[in-house]
Formats: sequence, C-alpha cells, structure tokens
Amino acid sequence: MAMIELRRIQRRYVVGDIVVRAIRGLDLDVDTGEFVAIMGPSGSGKSTLMNTLGCLDKPTEGSYVLDGLETSKASPDEFADLRNGKIGFVFQGFNLLSRTSALENVELPLFYDRSGSKIDPKARAKAALEEVGLGDRLDHKPNQLSGGQQQRVAIARAMVKDPAFILADEPTGNLDTEMTMEVMSLFQELNDRGVTIVMVTHEPEVAAYTKRIITMRDGAIVSDASVTDRRRASDDLEDWKKKHAALAVAEAAV
Amino acid sequence: MTFAKLVRASALSIFRNKMRSFLTSLGIIIGVCSVIVMVAVGTGSQAQIKKQISSMGTNLIMVMPPRGPREANRLSMADVEKIRSEASYLSAISGEVRLSGSKVVGGSGYWSTSVYGIEPDFIEIRNWAVQSGEFFTDKDLAARSKVAVLGTTVAAKLFPGEDPMGKSVRIGTTPFTIVGMLSSKGSTGMGNDQDDVVMVPLNTAVNRLMRDRTIESIEMSVVREDLMDEAQAEITAILRESHKLSAGDDDDFDVMNQSEIIKTASQTSQTLTTLLAAIAGVSLMVGGIGIMNIMLVSVTERTREIGIRMSVGARRRDILLQFLSESVILSLLGGSIGILLALGLSWALKTFMSMPTLVSPAVIAASAGFAAAVGIFFGFYPARKAANLYPIDALRYE
Ligand SMILES: Nc1ncnc2c1ncn2[C@@H]1O[C@H](COP(=O)(O)OP(=O)(O)OP(=O)(O)O)[C@@H](O)[C@H]1O
Ligand SMILES: [Mg+2]
Repeated sequence: MAMIELRRIQRRYVVGDIVVRAIRGLDLDVDTGEFVAIMGPSGSGKSTLMNTLGCLDKPTEGSYVLDGLETSKASPDEFADLRNGKIGFVFQGFNLLSRTSALENVELPLFYDRSGSKIDPKARAKAALEEVGLGDRLDHKPNQLSGGQQQRVAIARAMVKDPAFILADEPTGNLDTEMTMEVMSLFQELNDRGVTIVMVTHEPEVAAYTKRIITMRDGAIVSDASVTDRRRASDDLEDWKKKHAALAVAEAAV
Repeated sequence: MTFAKLVRASALSIFRNKMRSFLTSLGIIIGVCSVIVMVAVGTGSQAQIKKQISSMGTNLIMVMPPRGPREANRLSMADVEKIRSEASYLSAISGEVRLSGSKVVGGSGYWSTSVYGIEPDFIEIRNWAVQSGEFFTDKDLAARSKVAVLGTTVAAKLFPGEDPMGKSVRIGTTPFTIVGMLSSKGSTGMGNDQDDVVMVPLNTAVNRLMRDRTIESIEMSVVREDLMDEAQAEITAILRESHKLSAGDDDDFDVMNQSEIIKTASQTSQTLTTLLAAIAGVSLMVGGIGIMNIMLVSVTERTREIGIRMSVGARRRDILLQFLSESVILSLLGGSIGILLALGLSWALKTFMSMPTLVSPAVIAASAGFAAAVGIFFGFYPARKAANLYPIDALRYE
C-alpha cells in the first residue's frame, strides 16, 4: 500500500472576486522509501501541494490518505498530531525559532509529543544534531549559524521524532553549492535508512540526487519519471572539496 | 506537554523581553500596590478610631438624637436630670453640647476651636485629666459660672509662653475666666487635634451660647461591663417616659453602647476605604487592559513562531495555554512586586508620616488572586486569537 495517496485533489484560493485554482484535480501515489523531487515553474502549485501533504493546509476537494488514514475528516487536533508524529517538514526559510538555541529548536517536536514516550528530549535532540554534524553547535542561536547549518538544524528537527516521511519545500533554495550538497547527502542518508522524502526544487542538479522527478504545471502533474543515473551527494561533495582545494593551491601559486 | 514545561517556556519568553514584560506588569504593580495601601490606610485608621473610642472610657453609653433634621432633636437637660436621678447602673453622666468653629478671643488674639458644654463627670467618662488648675464643679454648673478649661493647643495659641490661669477669654460675647488646663491627649490618627478644645459648664453653654435649649448628647459610664444591656434598656425606658412616648411610638433618640459608637464612628472611614479601594481596583483593571494590549501585540509579533510551533505538532490548546500562562505569569509577577511595594510603602507611611496603616493578609491574598484573575481574563482573548490561527497562514505571515 502506498504511503501517500492523493485522489482528485483541488485547492482553490478566493481572493476578492478572483478564484485562484492552485491545484486542479491532482492524483499522486508515493510509496514507502521513495525519494521524490517536485519541479515546475513558479506558481505551478508545488508549495500548495507540499502544504497539503504536510497537513498544514486542507485541500478544497479530494481525498488524501496518509499511511492508511483519510485526512479529510481529521480534526485540527488530529492534524496537529499527524504533523507531530508522522511528518517532518523542512522549509526554504528554515523557520527556526529565533533567540532559541539549536538544541531547543530541535527539542520542539518532542515538547509537543503526546505518545507518552519516555525518551529524554535533550539526549534525543542532541543525538539528532550530532547526526547532522552539529554536535558542537548545540547552544548556538540561529543567527550565530550559517545558512547551511541552520538548514541542518531544521533537518535535525524534522527527523528528531523519526517520522515516516519528510517533506522539504525548496530546502536548498537559500544555500550555496557546498551547503546544498551537504543537505542533499543528509537527505540521501535518511532515505537509505527508509525514510520517505518528498522535496521541491528548481534545480535539475539537485533533483538528480532523488529517485523520482515529478513536474507540475498549472496545478497538475505533467510528467513523472524515475531518475536513471542517480548521483551521490556525498561523492560530489568530496570531489567539489578536492577541486576547491586544488583551485586554492593554484591561486596561491599565481 | 506538562505544566512545568509550560511554565518554563512562558517564563523564558517573558525573560527574553525583560523591559517590555516589566512595563506590561507596571499596571498590575501599581494596581495591586494601591489597593493594598489604600485598604491598609483605611483599616489602620479604623483600628485607630476603635482604639480611641475604647480609650474614651470603659462601659460607655451614649444617647444621641435620631439621624435626620436637627429639629427632630428632643434631648434636653431635663432628660439628663431624669436619668441621673432614676437610672440605677450608672457611675457617671454628662450632657453635652458642642460648638465647633467657635471664635475664642483673648490673650494674643483669637483662635477658632471647638467649645464643649459639659458636666464635671465628662472628664471621668472620657478618661481625661486636668494638668493645672481645676475642672469646674457641680456648683459652677448650678451657678452657670462663666469659667472655662482650655486644651493645650488653645492655650498655646492664645497665650504663647504665658500661664493662662486666671486670665479671661471671650466666646461670642460672653467673657469666661480660665480655671484649668487639660492634659494633652494628642491627635487622632486622622489628624484631629484632640487638644484643640475649650470646655465650659453645660448650663452656661446652653443659656449663653446656644440658640435653643436642646443638648446634643448624653454620655454615661456604666458601673460594670455585664450590666451594659440592662443599663441600655433602663435608659431607653426612662427617656421614653421623659419624652411621653406611648407604646406604639418609635424612639426619638438613639441609645448606643461602645461597640455601636465605634461602628457609627468608623462608618465614614469605612465608606472612604471602600471607595479608595474601588478606585485602586479600577487601576488594576486598567493594568489588565495593558496586559491584553501587549499580549495582542505579542501574538501578532510572534505569528511566525506560532506557525512554527503548529508545524511541529502544537495543538490549539498548547498555543492557548502558552499565551494564557504568559499573561497569568506576567500579572502574578506584577502582583508580587506590587505586594512587596505595598508592604514597603505602608511601612514608610507608618514610620515617617505616622499614619496608622494595617496590612491584612486577607487583602494581600485577595489582590494576588485578583491579579491572577485579571491575567486570565485579559489574556484569554489574545491567547484564543493565537490558538485559532491557521497553521499555513501563521507560517506565511510576514
Ligand atoms: N494564500 C494564498 N492566497 C491566494 N492565492 C495563493 C495563496 N497561496 C498560493 N496562491 C496561488 O496559488 C498558486 C500556486 O502557488 P504555489 O505557492 O503553490 O506555487 P509554487 O509552485 O510553490 O511557486 P514557487 O516556485 O514560486 O514557490 C499561485 O498562483 C499563487 O498565487
Ligand atoms: Mg513554493
């Protein structure tokens, strides 16, 4: 059974007299363990789709079954619990709490945990930050971290509760090449461990790290293809670093 | 989310904005402080009044005209005489008239003061004493002698640095010879100078200084405390007979014992206390509105934070409780500071301005409770506003 089943999803926004049809009858299945990139021009409805998948927004029409649960009938509280337990969301703008340490940011989903699990939030958050390579930045506030580091904190927050599935809306949109590769290698590691990932990106190079590319236009899917020559972000990162070092040496020689 | 976590998170966010939090609580601080101080001053002066009346003498009974127009007063010297000869439980009795704001001329000029027309028993009933000379006697009374006994304040004003004994003062057009000086009683807590007084024989006052022949009150001491009720009943019966009231008529006078006198005397100050406390209570409300205002600003300012919290799984209730506990903590903090401030202030009033303040634990508890209630009441609307935000709208908020 698919982890995500979207059937005839529509999302309309009414702004004054104008009705914006952001998603127009969209069908999509995503299986467990998939790594999906969503591409398409600006305004094609990618973010709207992600917000729907992330239970941050309800579709105007259609059915969304997440892990066997029909979400269209869920109450706001059930929606909150889904976001807390099943989904990790990574945003383009990081969306970290300012003036709050990295550790406390990562603890946040555990703060709202209602499963009654006995895990120590501090230890768990610390482990998650170590996994994204920020074990030495626990007490840093977001404004004391680089963009790539902030996004890694956000990823640590998204995975701290071991969600079945991670959603990322242009997670590398604000990052440079090196940071992008860092983040993508993290996603690939997570995906290797069985976490389902759906992410939006504008860059074909980034999409090349995923397993499946969906292209949207005007609120509908126009193409859906598997990635044939999938790249490893960690390898690319190493190459890039080597090249960079060589370049630096050459520059120094000149 | 546990209660401890909630309080911790709210406290953190309050301390992150120390200055704003302080300014927000200022309304509550001032409100709570003024409620406690007002009530402290009020109850303090009431306690003072009580002490004073108790010190007036023991087992005091007072007869006064009924409340209402002056014309309803039917108390007379004849009533005093009838009680004196017929009542069986009294150790002392004195009729009394008072002329406040009387101009007394003599010595170095004139002085406006209260003139009491009384009988010799009065100083026994009121536990008063003469420091020099003598108090006038029953003989002076019978003879309507024009003699006067001065309080220390009047003596100091009219005869500074002199011995007033044997000198003469004029009250209205009547000259009086000074035969004695009262010992000092000091001022009441409310600032009334008890020594600002001139005492003359009742008969002289009624005949020479008053326009009509009624008297203003009759004061009596009962021999033993356990006879108060009997004495009161007997006096009532004597006066009813004296005023020729038939069985169905209401009393045209008031017989009050000491505790009733205290109640009457402290009524004004009680009303004043209530009024002041109410005004202070209004400032507490205004403080609450201040909290609501800041919480509303805070909700707008922190819309993104709310969105982030919702995106990681906060339920509406979590957000509601977070903001509610922030406003309650703010108002409780303000309340606590207000209480400390009030304690300091009433101590200062007592120590440096000799105002008889009395801080009661009940008032402290009540104002702390009220502060918390204000926090809940005025925090609820902003908190609900925050909780009802739609996650994606909150996240997108710029
Ligand atoms: N809150 C809203 N109110 C009204 N219209 C909206 C709202 N959010 C999105 N839209 C409209 O829905 C359409 C799809 O928007 P969406 O943000 O999903 O696009 P996108 O594919 O994510 O674009 P981008 O690549 O620029 O992020 C757009 O036409 C947009 O104007
Ligand atoms: Mg978008």
